[in-house]
Amino acid sequence: MEEFNILEHNFVPKHSVLNKKEIADLLKQFNISIRQLPRIFANDPVVKALNAEKGAVLKIVRKSKSAKEAIFYRVVVDA
Amino acid sequence: MIEEYKSQLPLSIFEDAQKELKNHKLTKKQEKEFFDKLLESYKSSRIDPGESIGVITAESFGEPGTQMTLNIFHFAGVVELNVTLGLPRLIEIFDARKEASTPSMEIYLDKQYNKDINAARKVAALIKETKFRELAQEFSINIAKLQIEATPNKKNMRDLRITDQILLKTLSESIKEVSVKQNKDGTIVLKPGKEIELKDLYKLKEKAKDTFIKGIPGVTQVLPIKQNNEFVILTSGSNLKEVFKLKEVDKSRSVSNDIFEVLKNLGVEAARQAIVNESLKVIQEQGLDVDIRHILFIADLMTASGTIKGITRSGITSEKESVLARASFETPIRHLIDASLVGEEDELTSVIENVIVNQPVPLGTGLPGLIARIKKLDGMKNG
Repeated sequence: MEEFNILEHNFVPKHSVLNKKEIADLLKQFNISIRQLPRIFANDPVVKALNAEKGAVLKIVRKSKSAKEAIFYRVVVDA
Repeated sequence: MIEEYKSQLPLSIFEDAQKELKNHKLTKKQEKEFFDKLLESYKSSRIDPGESIGVITAESFGEPGTQMTLNIFHFAGVVELNVTLGLPRLIEIFDARKEASTPSMEIYLDKQYNKDINAARKVAALIKETKFRELAQEFSINIAKLQIEATPNKKNMRDLRITDQILLKTLSESIKEVSVKQNKDGTIVLKPGKEIELKDLYKLKEKAKDTFIKGIPGVTQVLPIKQNNEFVILTSGSNLKEVFKLKEVDKSRSVSNDIFEVLKNLGVEAARQAIVNESLKVIQEQGLDVDIRHILFIADLMTASGTIKGITRSGITSEKESVLARASFETPIRHLIDASLVGEEDELTSVIENVIVNQPVPLGTGLPGLIARIKKLDGMKNG
């Protein structure tokens, strides 16, 4: 039987992997190091579904009640 | 031209502004002026750096919390399922308890099943955990033949769509060293393969009663109800992983109130959403009003590490860098002893430790240090 793709669940916002340049721009924009970003574990179901590797930065576009769309970032770390 | 404002304003404000602009004829210059004003007022209404939002959030939850019911056993509306609500539930969410006291799921159905009650009942029967106990009217021990006899409950079996063949097959597969047969009158006979004592026969009887026949383990109660023109199944007991395997279920909307289960199956972002929804549900159900930004803030804080950390001494509080800050929350002596054993130092960079040592706190205007750049005077060589 076909397995359910969790990325289609209503609770799971859109995740996308940033490339090197985008990561550099992001860190520069907020003047932070990569360790200061919120984390997501490498064994998180979403990370597995996206095949993201350790050290990758995910851009998360959440649906928000107050702002309609809210952008969040998480760095993939070991569990 | 308007596009450059899009990245600087929240989408909701930007879209509202665009909608409003359509009703008025403005020149390009006026439009720019309008957006500049809008941007300015948006920027001035943002929280300033150094504002102590944590305390504001704590107050915003604390005050309505005093008005919540302390009674755990509340029944949600017409539904006969027992769901923890009120303050106990809120504490459960924010403490990130591993075991929810009343786990439950809200299962949405595919289009072809959600229109009439019979179809929904059919799916509900698939989901409910069924044990042999519920399918038989009577269990008896035949002492002469040293065997167990059970009379099947035809009605229950029909409701749950279990045939005699399925029942016999599952029973013989799950109970070892027992031959399962059905007599002509319908009685199901369990005969141990080898001679056993009467005492063990009693044990076998209890074991047989608890034999899992079909359904989803953990789901003890199912209840199809009508919600916004479609049938939804509410359950008591939660097992999202198995529910996602059913083809009759609309998986993209089905959720559990067990936040750790959401974390395991759908990831940390979904868990954040679950925390927000669950706490909002409690607050609204009690007729209280807490701004959603406070809830979002707590949910973000709890999930920032990649897993769920409760607001407890073992959760996010244990991650604070300062010894004094940790000690000021709960069990101060233990924290101080542990810290002194490993020779921890406190940099006094945050609020509470500075309150303790009677220094200005780094909050608001106390946050920035002042750096003055003095112009080099003529004739001075080494600045």
